[in-house]
Amino acid sequence: MDNQDGSVYAVLGEQTDEDGRWAFGTGFHDPLSGVDRAVPAGVDRADLAAYCLMLGDDALVLSQRLAEWCSRAPELEEDVAMANIALDLLGQARLLLTRAGEVEGAGRDEDALAYFRDEHEFRNVRLAEIDCGPGPGGDFATTIARLLVFSSWRLALFSRLAAGSADPVLAAVAAKGVKELAYHRDHAAQWTLRLGDGTEHSHARMRAGLDRVWPFVDELFTPHEVEQRLAGQGIAVDPAELRSEVDGVLDVVLDRAGLSRPALPGLPGPAGRLGRDGVHTEAMGYLLAELQHLARAMPGARW
Amino acid sequence: MVTAGRPEGLAGQPAGQPAPESTVDDVWRVAGQVRDPELPVLTLADLGVLRDVRVTGDGRVAVTITPTYSGCPALDEMRADLRASLVRAGYRDVDVRVVLHPPWTTDWISERGRRALAEHGIAPPGRVGPRPAGPVPLNLAPPSAVVRCPRCGSPRTTELSRFGATACKALRRCADCREPFEHLKEI
Repeated sequence: MDNQDGSVYAVLGEQTDEDGRWAFGTGFHDPLSGVDRAVPAGVDRADLAAYCLMLGDDALVLSQRLAEWCSRAPELEEDVAMANIALDLLGQARLLLTRAGEVEGAGRDEDALAYFRDEHEFRNVRLAEIDCGPGPGGDFATTIARLLVFSSWRLALFSRLAAGSADPVLAAVAAKGVKELAYHRDHAAQWTLRLGDGTEHSHARMRAGLDRVWPFVDELFTPHEVEQRLAGQGIAVDPAELRSEVDGVLDVVLDRAGLSRPALPGLPGPAGRLGRDGVHTEAMGYLLAELQHLARAMPGARW
Repeated sequence: MVTAGRPEGLAGQPAGQPAPESTVDDVWRVAGQVRDPELPVLTLADLGVLRDVRVTGDGRVAVTITPTYSGCPALDEMRADLRASLVRAGYRDVDVRVVLHPPWTTDWISERGRRALAEHGIAPPGRVGPRPAGPVPLNLAPPSAVVRCPRCGSPRTTELSRFGATACKALRRCADCREPFEHLKEI
């Protein structure tokens, strides 16, 4: 090292080739490039593609929601925390959407799937899409309540996929995700403690946040037929199996925080159809309008 | 070293002229010099991201890397930098492969990499060890591991923010020298 000022970043300013460099390149490329992409024998490609979309959409949509906090969180450190967690989820979404596109075999890449599907084609659970703040639908405590539930659920799911999915790509994506989701959950749990066990006011806000998200919790454990079929083949996990583990984790956190699971029923979808069926809440259209606007207004835009 | 990404041993060699009989060691020497775009004090080899190197034919090489975090935006840069370095060293056909499994861990950061981090004011990660099977235990306590200040060596440091300027770093402060510093967090 010959950095005179000892700066960690000094090397970045050095030109390495004729094009110079831009911190992270000027475009994104296939995140699964160079990864072995075989599809396990006997697996229905449409089912596997749909399942990858489900898990990818959960991450993409919540990533978008968390990014809304950037510059609006209660403290600077939380701006950074929410953006970091959003980035992890975006990374998981990129891998899963890319996998969905290639298994589908219709030539759609991650961008085509993220930006050019309409609302009814998104397969995420509704918990990911609802406004939990900073919009009028919630506040920081509501966002923490959602993150606690979502990351506890997804961690339980990814732990099982990592340990035993017969699809090597899903298992590998999940194994990376487990490490990330574990600290997402811990972060949400530690905030739940601070707020729930804080002042009367913070406790009330945390309580209200849990009440806001709770009607969307049952859906997390309601299996879709695709999940059931793939679970039978050892590819997917039947989410109904996750309930006791997730409830156990939530009980530990909520108990320490002086809170408890709200006794609120799940919000049914129209004719029993839920997010996994492409039936979403009113919030989803607004979320997609913001997420997709630029790509649709200027197709192929690069920076 | 003056120029990032240019292998010392090959600096005087004209581009397009690889050693006639390249060995895996030759390729490692080139690929092993490529630096991480986010943490340029580390080479990809010291970071543990460079997993494998193969010579697959005359002038053809395959190198394998693994991403640190799922959302690490630097992966494309790493791929491009590796390819550019190897092409500059004369390899005509460079295949950069990505493996997702086993997932990267900070335990793969080399001793040399840990020293380089500390010398540049970034506290290196502690050891994680293999993850036990079964559900991931919940951690409700504030982080308790002792992280020494990379400036004064004091063990009396506190975490300011679990999340920092990049996905891999936390922000801490030393109670003795009062300086804030970054900590490459264990994963």
